[in-house]
Amino acid sequence: MTADRVAAPVVELRGGVVSYGARPVLRGVGLTVRAGEVVAVLGANGSGKSTLIRAILGLVPLVEGTVRLFGVDRDARAMRRHWRRIGYVPQRLGAGGGVPATVAEVVASGRLARRGLLRPAGAADRTAIAAALTAVGLADRAQSPVGTLSGGQQQRTLIARALAAEPELLVLDEPTAGVDGASQAAFAEALRSFVAGGGTVLLVAHELGPLAPLVNRAVVVHDGRIVHDGAVPVPAGHHADPHHDHVHPHAPQDQPGIWNGP
Amino acid sequence: MSLFWYDFMQRALIGVLLTGLSAPALGIYLVQRRLALIGDGIGHVALTGVGLGLLTGTSPVLTAVVVAAIGAVVVELVRERGKTSGDVALALLFYGGISGGVFLATQSDGRASLLSYLFGSPLTISSHDLVVMAVLGAGVLLVTVGLRPWLFAVCQDEEYARVAGLPVRALNLLMAVTTALTVTVAMRAVGLLLVSALMVVPVAAAQLVTRGFGSTMAVAMLLGVVAAATGISVAASYDTAPGATIVLVAIAIFAAIAGTVSVLRAVRRRRGAPVRPAVNAEPPDVVLQP
Repeated sequence: MTADRVAAPVVELRGGVVSYGARPVLRGVGLTVRAGEVVAVLGANGSGKSTLIRAILGLVPLVEGTVRLFGVDRDARAMRRHWRRIGYVPQRLGAGGGVPATVAEVVASGRLARRGLLRPAGAADRTAIAAALTAVGLADRAQSPVGTLSGGQQQRTLIARALAAEPELLVLDEPTAGVDGASQAAFAEALRSFVAGGGTVLLVAHELGPLAPLVNRAVVVHDGRIVHDGAVPVPAGHHADPHHDHVHPHAPQDQPGIWNGP
Repeated sequence: MSLFWYDFMQRALIGVLLTGLSAPALGIYLVQRRLALIGDGIGHVALTGVGLGLLTGTSPVLTAVVVAAIGAVVVELVRERGKTSGDVALALLFYGGISGGVFLATQSDGRASLLSYLFGSPLTISSHDLVVMAVLGAGVLLVTVGLRPWLFAVCQDEEYARVAGLPVRALNLLMAVTTALTVTVAMRAVGLLLVSALMVVPVAAAQLVTRGFGSTMAVAMLLGVVAAATGISVAASYDTAPGATIVLVAIAIFAAIAGTVSVLRAVRRRRGAPVRPAVNAEPPDVVLQP
């Protein structure tokens, strides 16, 4: 039993079907992520790659299919003790921006997963929050309102919030989209040390950029299906040029040509 | 301050102070979610509770709490579904609430007191009223201050809170019920039509000068108390409507802070100093991505 738990994949999605109204977005998708892997989900805008991870996390309902996280049925009561093992980094700050909040306050909310309802913050909580801020290079901005930060610094705040929970699995939705170079480098560094500590990563990206050396497996989603699962595909066509224009035709017109060459 | 030698004035003062303290403490979460006007809607719904109480001869405060809580839970369920038609559903609920209240109250003997629930009547707060307000107000403060990190997380980023395993639904429903409690606390002091003002205006004023959520909450509660105390004193001295006076004082505080802040900025700009470090500026090596 214990041995089963240890060997169980961190993420196991089987036969996942998602549709928005009558429009199918995922058509029977399976994905397994094992402990220690760094898996990138690639695909064009509208391919369903973000929906894939949102469905795994239960933020989008599955019409069909099952999800197991750390070997536990995601919808089972027993899952309640396991959510704290997951650090989720959404694409952008939530809608709750009507009142200013400091970087430290946002990062501290990541710690609640470990803290237990009504329990006051302890020394371990404060240490974890400080460590998370340092890991993303924002320790000196802890008391700044998040609304005054650049897009890249806000993205790093969200990563620090996820790291504060000391997760075993990080799930990141487009972490590098629209992020300045300095933030991308700080972010890649934070991710590298997380992986070195034995962490598992599942990330969605349009483009890997500085993260490419970290990724050891790529999954390509096209039109709601997984069309590639294995080594990171070599950029093809105009993508191969590091200075290529970021002008992309969007799905469904986009051709699944980034791995099988022009 | 000799006015406050009178028992009824002391009760009025305590009543409005309770309101000034608890309304912004709850209101900050509504403002954070950009749902600042929801408090107004729950106030409308509570009026049906008041009408029900007047008609059946039970305590209008009690019936208002129950009906407002049911209304707030319905609002939360509509919000949770996130449908665009929810907007219209809320309008039906709010205007149904206010017209139901007026309809029921005019069928009862207590029709004269309807205005005191709509616009507040702190000078007629009885000792029994005060005990009820104190208990409800304590409940509001316990939830809003005691659960601040959790409510902050849910209002800031609900999806993140769900993935973190927080009991999002329970917290949302708790907050809905607490909104109803706040409305009922404030009902006797500033009236159902002005409840929302004390939930929102002190928060709006506080965030002109604060940088974080915790400090905004503390300053908003302080401003709520100052507006309530000043407003009731002015109302008693010049015989003006207390609820409206308190709200006008709160708005005056907002205007004074906003004016001071912009004057200070202008002065600093004229001296040539940067208003604030240019934190929004991207580093020079920005990567433009779609």
